[in-house]
Amino acid sequence: MSWFQKLMPSRIRTEGSNRSRSVPEGLWTKCDNCSAVLYRPEVERNMEVCPKCGHHLRISARRRLELLLDEGTASEIGANLQPVDVLKFRDSKKYRDRLAQAQKQVGEHDALIVMRGEIKQLPVVAGAFEFAFMGGSMGSVVGERFVRAANLSLEERIPLICFSASGGARMQEALFSLMQMAKTSAALARLREAGVPFISVMTDPTMGGVSASLAMLGDINIAEPGALIGFAGPRVIEQTVRETLPEGFQRAEFLLDHGAIDMIVDRREMRDKLSAVLAMLTHQPSPRTKRLPEHA
Amino acid sequence: MNLNFLEFERPIAELEAKIEELRYVGDDNEINISEEIARLQGKSKALTEQIFSQLTSWQIAQIARHPQRPYTLDYLKHIFTEFEELHGDRAFADDPAIVGGIARLDNRPVMVIGHQKGRDTKEKIRRNFGMPRPEGYRKALRLMEMAERFRLPIFTFIDTPGAYPGVGAEERGQSEAIARNLLVMSRLRTPIVCTVIGEGGSGGALAIGVGDRVLMLGYSTYSVISPEGCASILWKSSERAADAAEAMGITAERLKQLELIDEVVEEPLGGAHRNPAAMAGTLKSRLLRQLNDLEARSMETLLEERYQRLMGFGNFKES
Repeated sequence: MSWFQKLMPSRIRTEGSNRSRSVPEGLWTKCDNCSAVLYRPEVERNMEVCPKCGHHLRISARRRLELLLDEGTASEIGANLQPVDVLKFRDSKKYRDRLAQAQKQVGEHDALIVMRGEIKQLPVVAGAFEFAFMGGSMGSVVGERFVRAANLSLEERIPLICFSASGGARMQEALFSLMQMAKTSAALARLREAGVPFISVMTDPTMGGVSASLAMLGDINIAEPGALIGFAGPRVIEQTVRETLPEGFQRAEFLLDHGAIDMIVDRREMRDKLSAVLAMLTHQPSPRTKRLPEHA
Repeated sequence: MNLNFLEFERPIAELEAKIEELRYVGDDNEINISEEIARLQGKSKALTEQIFSQLTSWQIAQIARHPQRPYTLDYLKHIFTEFEELHGDRAFADDPAIVGGIARLDNRPVMVIGHQKGRDTKEKIRRNFGMPRPEGYRKALRLMEMAERFRLPIFTFIDTPGAYPGVGAEERGQSEAIARNLLVMSRLRTPIVCTVIGEGGSGGALAIGVGDRVLMLGYSTYSVISPEGCASILWKSSERAADAAEAMGITAERLKQLELIDEVVEEPLGGAHRNPAAMAGTLKSRLLRQLNDLEARSMETLLEERYQRLMGFGNFKES
């Protein structure tokens, strides 16, 4: 642990190698968007949103869920699921080695983390993609964890929330990855039939197979400001149409304009917004006015 | 060289050219050289058998994209009768990259939906090379929901490089259109039989590919990304497409081994384009068999099996 980490209060200190990406070795950091020099602990306190320009920095899956769920209510689902390489896939590197490297660097087994917990005492199942793990790509483990989350939602009839951040399907699992699109969508079809709400929150970036399946299937689709969301990547489109793309193309604001999402929500408002919306969809009293239940 | 032959078929093409030449000479001189022609034809067949018995994944991908390969409308003509094409998504446009409508399969009314590529340059452009835009998927969805209302079994034919990556397609919600189809098809209360007849290109293929049975023609392919796309991302060079095709396992046989599809429908020697009528005949009998099998089930069983089929996809270990 470096000297300044020891100085940090434990609540913002991050342990182990898995947090090394969200907390670089330095007390000062630079915003990707406005290039302002920022005081790292302040950015942390601000939920990884630039205090100067409001740019939403990428955030780890665990931190995301930690920010969402009531303290001490979270329990992880499907944590014991691990990827296997049945195809013995090898490009310039073996898939097995890529997995091992990602697992070591990120400290997760795969690219989706799912938890059961509460938001302002409302029980929910919530998942978040870990973009640092192979670009948040969806393979078999991501699909299976998502389905288990959906099934738990269905069983307990409590809302499902998913924060996506993904480049799409994982090429190294080839057609198995493609089939995760069908698998996750089929699980959501059952939720829909049972009237259990699913809220999809698209964060930067949500592309390809993830956007063309679970991410676009929310009863309510939300995006974070500025998030890149689309089916085909901007470079692929540029190569196809041979023209430069308009400013703001495939950004959250563009999707709102074109009717693809219901709203754009600032990360710092996310918990309040989700709890308010979910309380209405599940006929609960408003969390804005609700008093804590009195213990008899 | 005859353009209908692919690069790896060159030895066959040369033999065939020789046979043509002999025929020409034979006509001219009225010399009976039919014996020689028959000998060469036998040799050509043996050579074709030999070449086609050891095709690489990449060569199969070339056959799947062959310019003469039968497309959805060709199968419609051969397999179904009384096809009435239905147009439009009722919201924006009619997408010619997907065709669909009601037809009869041996007198039974059914719904048929498939990707459609163009044969000549003009039609290729009109059909956008078989790459649908959102309105294509929404038309397909409309027809599938109609099929459910009128208890028509659905047959889909998959043959697309992928969903179209364009500005308008993104503006109109390409992702949402695909996602919605996946969701709805998983619960549709009518039997669905999907057949990959050419290229099964990623989400654009899957968007009409969720069903009770998935068949693939022997030389068709199905993959999460095109071999070229995969190669340019993972190998940093689209020249390595052959390696990517091999690594991903995109062929019917491989995908059957992996239990990702249900049945491989073998093609005539040299590929479906060498004998479209024979191909259609084989396919028709398989489609009928699958339909009979599915129709013997109650709707609840059908839906449960379809759901479990989807849930079974994937490999992982639980520690």
